[in-house]
Amino acid sequence: MKNLQAEVRPGAYYDSVVLMQLQKGLAALPGIIDAGVVMATDANKELLAAMGLLPDSVTAKADDLLIVVQGQNEQAAQAALAQVNVLLQQRQGRAAQAFRPKSLATAVAHLPTSQFTLISVPGRYAAAVAEDALNLNQHVFLYSDNVSLADEVRLKQLARAKGLLLMGPDCGTAVINGIGLGFANRVRRGRIGIVAAAGTGLQALTTEIHNLGGGISQAIGVGGRDLKEEVGGVTTWQALDLLQRDAETAVIVLVSKPPADQVAATLLRAAQSGPKPVIINFIGYAPPGRRLGNLFFTSGLVDAAEHAVRLSGEVVALVEKRRPLSGYLRGLFSGGTLAYEMLLGLQAVLAPLYSNIPIRPHQQLPDLMQSQGHTILDLGEDAFTQGRLHPMMDNDLRLRRLRQETADPDVDMIVLDVVLGEGAHPDPAVELAPVIAEAVRAGKRVVAIVVGTELDPQDLNSQIERLAAAGAHIFPNVSETLDYVYNRLPPPTRDFPPVSLAAFTGEGLTAVNVGLESFYESVIGQGGGAENARAVQVDWRPPAGGNEKLMAILAKMKSQ
Amino acid sequence: MIDIEQANHTAVTRMMSARPILRTVATAREVIPGMRDDLLLHAGPPITWERASGPMKGAIVGALIFEGRATDWDSAEKLVATGEISLEPCHEHNSVGPMAGVTSASMQVYVIENVTHGNKAYSNLNEGYGKVLRYGAYSPEVLDKLRWINDVMGPMLAEALSLSEDGMDIRALLAESLHMGDEGHNRNKAGSLLYTAKLAPLIAQTGASNTEKARVLQFLADNALSVLNPVMAACKAMADAGHGVAGSTIMTTMARNGTDLGIRVSGLGNRWFTGPVGQPDGLYFPGYTAADASGDIGDSTITETAGIGAFAMASAPAIVTFISGTPEMAVNTTLEMYEITTAEHTAFTIPVLGFRGTPVGVDIRKVVELGIRPQINTGIAHKDPGVGQVGAGLVLPPMNVFEEALLAYAEQYGLL
Repeated sequence: MKNLQAEVRPGAYYDSVVLMQLQKGLAALPGIIDAGVVMATDANKELLAAMGLLPDSVTAKADDLLIVVQGQNEQAAQAALAQVNVLLQQRQGRAAQAFRPKSLATAVAHLPTSQFTLISVPGRYAAAVAEDALNLNQHVFLYSDNVSLADEVRLKQLARAKGLLLMGPDCGTAVINGIGLGFANRVRRGRIGIVAAAGTGLQALTTEIHNLGGGISQAIGVGGRDLKEEVGGVTTWQALDLLQRDAETAVIVLVSKPPADQVAATLLRAAQSGPKPVIINFIGYAPPGRRLGNLFFTSGLVDAAEHAVRLSGEVVALVEKRRPLSGYLRGLFSGGTLAYEMLLGLQAVLAPLYSNIPIRPHQQLPDLMQSQGHTILDLGEDAFTQGRLHPMMDNDLRLRRLRQETADPDVDMIVLDVVLGEGAHPDPAVELAPVIAEAVRAGKRVVAIVVGTELDPQDLNSQIERLAAAGAHIFPNVSETLDYVYNRLPPPTRDFPPVSLAAFTGEGLTAVNVGLESFYESVIGQGGGAENARAVQVDWRPPAGGNEKLMAILAKMKSQ
Repeated sequence: MIDIEQANHTAVTRMMSARPILRTVATAREVIPGMRDDLLLHAGPPITWERASGPMKGAIVGALIFEGRATDWDSAEKLVATGEISLEPCHEHNSVGPMAGVTSASMQVYVIENVTHGNKAYSNLNEGYGKVLRYGAYSPEVLDKLRWINDVMGPMLAEALSLSEDGMDIRALLAESLHMGDEGHNRNKAGSLLYTAKLAPLIAQTGASNTEKARVLQFLADNALSVLNPVMAACKAMADAGHGVAGSTIMTTMARNGTDLGIRVSGLGNRWFTGPVGQPDGLYFPGYTAADASGDIGDSTITETAGIGAFAMASAPAIVTFISGTPEMAVNTTLEMYEITTAEHTAFTIPVLGFRGTPVGVDIRKVVELGIRPQINTGIAHKDPGVGQVGAGLVLPPMNVFEEALLAYAEQYGLL
């Protein structure tokens, strides 16, 4: 007769590894069919119920330890429950001799060289632990999930102000100074630095790089929400900036889910302004080109890994940075596709950006007769062509608009397309060149994308010569135009102190681990017991035994 | 806006800078503030006769017989039950007493003066081992010994101390004894010898007979707890110096009466926060078991309050045989106490920890947050009056006293 026996230990907290080992130990006892050892959260109780391991009589709360055994008979089940303390003792026996601090402050005092704190406590406690760690000047690897967005924003602002990295929350992996944190693969060290959300993607990327023969300088996880507008890419930018200064890093890979527009614009400009090639893989994000300035846009992790390994092995010629854009860019296109391609390339890096053919609704230009911010116009669109010829045949509208943009003191660069061929204006340069020259004299930079062949009736070379003579920079397509623009992007204003390279130098690290003991053992294990990977495990318990009221008071007292 | 850190810094700095000097021995009614003939002081938070433990009741009976107010258990009980005799905590009269801690108006008490801040503290005289009043014994031989202590030893100590210009610096004595294997609460072997050695030349100069001098010196030297009572009073003087700092969350009192344990907090006035005492976990003398033990009792936890006792256990590895531990456990206990304290003591240091100061100034915030309670080393009394000590071990205060104190703090300082 199968028998189910349960024991509830109110307020007894153990980390999940201990619980799993206890469960395994109980299940291995004679006459035991199955066992469940969980903190009695609703989710865990549902799991037990699904396995037929939740006796009806059990009332246990989230902070209670619930132990259930299913025996072949009552005697076996009871006997197993009686072994719980013995099994828990076995677990503790090994470490019982060494002092284990219960608070982070004491742990850091014990290991004063510690620069990283690994946190994997349950989510509702994680923010407070992370805040303590930051206030102890620790870089934080925040594995815990279920941290609120508001807490993430607050913690990252604090970290940024203190020149510390807050990796996470929900940061599954990182490789710092050759030591894998959390779930990390063992990969060789090398010249490739990675900034990524830090889930399986980062693991896939690091292993791919390793398997291709490359190596990792640092792999920094930032958490899955870092590039959301609310968070603003705080950690990503800090990490990018760190890797740009790190002498061991030759190539940087930036991997993320699609970022918020404004965040992407800032980060790509920051990436572009640095001295190293940056490989971008924003999954599901339409890449504006293959290579623009320092930036290499890739499709997929394998592509990113291949780029990274190839570029880390060669000297990449980077265009010397030119005078950055100091005002707005205005694009006056006669062709919709070229305008759209330009818009796609610019929206990754420039904001605010407007158009009469917007990709995103918020890019809609309110008054077509008046440009604002960066503006890309398709002058061949219906609204402009009513009652007049298409701008490919009639330059009048564009000439007037060119003069209008020239008169705008906030404009730095004007881009126009000149499309030659059958049916087009017989000699666009004769009309455009004088107005371009006026613009150039007014201090504007003018770029002309001349689309044509030497067989075209307008005489391609003559067109280019005359437009160039008027002062325009000539490119044959949008891609090269974008490259020209990217090499002139203004770097974003960095309004935070740089993260010191001190903690990200050499081999190994010193860390405090709060939560999953396996992370502590992993750090120690990777150092092979050597001095270069040292760690202290905090014997963490929920503050105030998980009592919400007392926790709230303690939090208020801390903020006094 | 209360600056808790600053308030705690102030409180613990006052505790550490207090310099307790043993001045003299005098009669309780003449020196203890508020002492009167119809009052008995006792250990721990307030208690009634009905709720008092066996040792506490026995000590009350013994003290009333000693004072000539009662002749036996029943007559003593009547005096207390009718309110003719009042019971008040030692702690509410700047005093402390080990175990039952019962102190009556005629008893001789040590007078400690904190020369830094000017406050004074008092404690009765230690009776040694065996059948003693502090464990609730009140048989004729117990009272005879008490009378000898009161009539012979007390005045002799007073005369001896009067010959010392500067009195005896108990803080300095403790600092030395901690380096000699004491922790100041359960182990005072070295301190008691130092104490006797310092008193001996003074006692030699008193006008008492050589026989009496010899008997007193023998009594002091044989009793490894001789110095406990002046140490406790010294700790009381230090803890009181840190009491009453507005906004401070430092525990300045922790005491047991055999039924309840009570704490008081620097920034929360004289309010007690009480909960049921724990049952010590330890070793029992042959013939006794845990079933014989009284609930935890005594004001001697003033030592832990002041940063010694169990908090300094790392300095007293030998004690672990007495309380069934390991030397590692002794070190770990001290290390753990650093987690809930505010400072490292500037006067008391621990050689094995690289002369780190002892953990001092229990912060109730840390106790509640981390779930670490102050460790207590203690003697174990028999639950029946008059049997005496049956063992020694470790015990923890109940968690609720810290939680309730924290809630009271939040209420008083508008944090709810």
